[in-house]
Amino acid sequence: MSTVRRSLTSVGYAAGLPVLLVLAWALATRGTANLYYPAPSRVLDAFVSTWLAPATLTRDVLPSLGRFGIGVLLAITIGVVAGTAIGATPWLRALLEPMLEFFRAIPPVVLVPVLMLLLGIDDTMRLAVIVSGSVWPVLLNTIEGVRGTDPVLTDTSRSYRVRGALAYRYVVLPAASPQIMAGVRLCLSIGLILMVISEMFAASAGLGYQIVYFQRQYMIPEMWAGILLLGLIGVAVAAVFQLVERRVLHWYHGSREVARA
Amino acid sequence: MPENTPLLSVRDLSKTYQAASGPVEAIGSITFDVRPGELVCIVGPSGCGKTTLLKCLAGLLAPTSGSVTLDGAEVREPPKKMALVFQEYGRSLYPWLTVRDNVALPLKARGVPKAERQALVERAVEEVGLGHAMTTYPWQLSGGMQQRVAIARAVAYQPEILVMDEPFAAVDAQTRADLEDLVRRVWKDLGVTVLFVTHDIDESVYLGERVLVLSSSPTFVQEDLTVDLPAERDQLTTRALPRFTELRTHVYEQIQRAKRGEAVAATP
Repeated sequence: MSTVRRSLTSVGYAAGLPVLLVLAWALATRGTANLYYPAPSRVLDAFVSTWLAPATLTRDVLPSLGRFGIGVLLAITIGVVAGTAIGATPWLRALLEPMLEFFRAIPPVVLVPVLMLLLGIDDTMRLAVIVSGSVWPVLLNTIEGVRGTDPVLTDTSRSYRVRGALAYRYVVLPAASPQIMAGVRLCLSIGLILMVISEMFAASAGLGYQIVYFQRQYMIPEMWAGILLLGLIGVAVAAVFQLVERRVLHWYHGSREVARA
Repeated sequence: MPENTPLLSVRDLSKTYQAASGPVEAIGSITFDVRPGELVCIVGPSGCGKTTLLKCLAGLLAPTSGSVTLDGAEVREPPKKMALVFQEYGRSLYPWLTVRDNVALPLKARGVPKAERQALVERAVEEVGLGHAMTTYPWQLSGGMQQRVAIARAVAYQPEILVMDEPFAAVDAQTRADLEDLVRRVWKDLGVTVLFVTHDIDESVYLGERVLVLSSSPTFVQEDLTVDLPAERDQLTTRALPRFTELRTHVYEQIQRAKRGEAVAATP
């Protein structure tokens, strides 16, 4: 019984603040007819009628999520593959690191017009925007993680002639995985932001496009509902990430717990 | 192989590091042989370059001059027939792999078929008394047990020579005594050649059939001592033998001389 109570308690904690905020919002908007501050019930209606409508889902929401998914998967793959190569090769690292810092410092948003010119206005451009902004934390963290591998562990692997693909799979990647996962976490949140931004320019569909469209049409509850949807997507992505992270890094959390005890 | 052909042969090995302040001569010139089946301990004052020597032997570090030959072939990279046990057990085991997978990975790298691999892993882990801990992670085990896993990994690798770098320096005294007996047992059971580096004089005499005393840096072999203690060693009775005391006193004096820098290179 106590586990049930405990999980109820944790749900209560997680839901408590959102419930309070919605209540406060409902109280504040009670009786006003202000266009810009719709009551939560109006936003909820708009949420169900516009965003959960099959047409919007298939035309705007799912394609956006698809681009987000493909974009961050590309960013993670590129970041990890390039990062392990750079991290394990001192001369390559010395050559590339200043340039990587330069590119990382450029806000990806300013690249959108450039990428539009270079790639045209289509999904490739939007994917390029997502990848070009979200690849950096994965790439730089992977480089750091690979470089920071314990030299005793590296010597052990060398002395037992563990190399090539086997070393990559069983030594290099896991040794860097705590850093890589920290990079992935950042990559996901940057990717989500860039998914929206990439749809705000020269688009005719997508989550970002629809939100801007509703805003310009003074369909304020619909706009707020879109922002609510973005927030919910963010929460869902974070939950999935945490699930994966727990699995991938269970050894890391376990060993740290032992070290602290 | 004839009995008196050396398995491991070290000739005029020297290592000079290039430090910011200029060259540092870590190893002067080291020459010695290890015959097949021997258990040789290397002991020396702290800072005499034991770890450097070991890395050169293991092909992890290129010597400045001289050569290391294992089984007739010059060592230029980590040799197939050598297994290493490091002092830092906590850092030489893969924390993301279970005990079983830690021991199995080098065999996988060598291409040992799965069934054979499993058998080797199981036998080695049983040999060090950790059969019950196959699926645990190294960090769930005590320090002594972790070092047993490292020994099991080395044993499963079926090396011709087992090289151990101060493996018990970081475990408590009781665990240490158990592990020393484990090394003697593994050596006898498997007939493997063992090269055991330590800074502990008692340990070197208790374990070894031969003790090489190193000078302080720049290092050479100051003495090559045969330990004429009975083959059956026991923590209580062996350590109480008058001969044990004589030997350890002798090694102790040699180390003291090495520290004072009185020793001169033995003429070959």
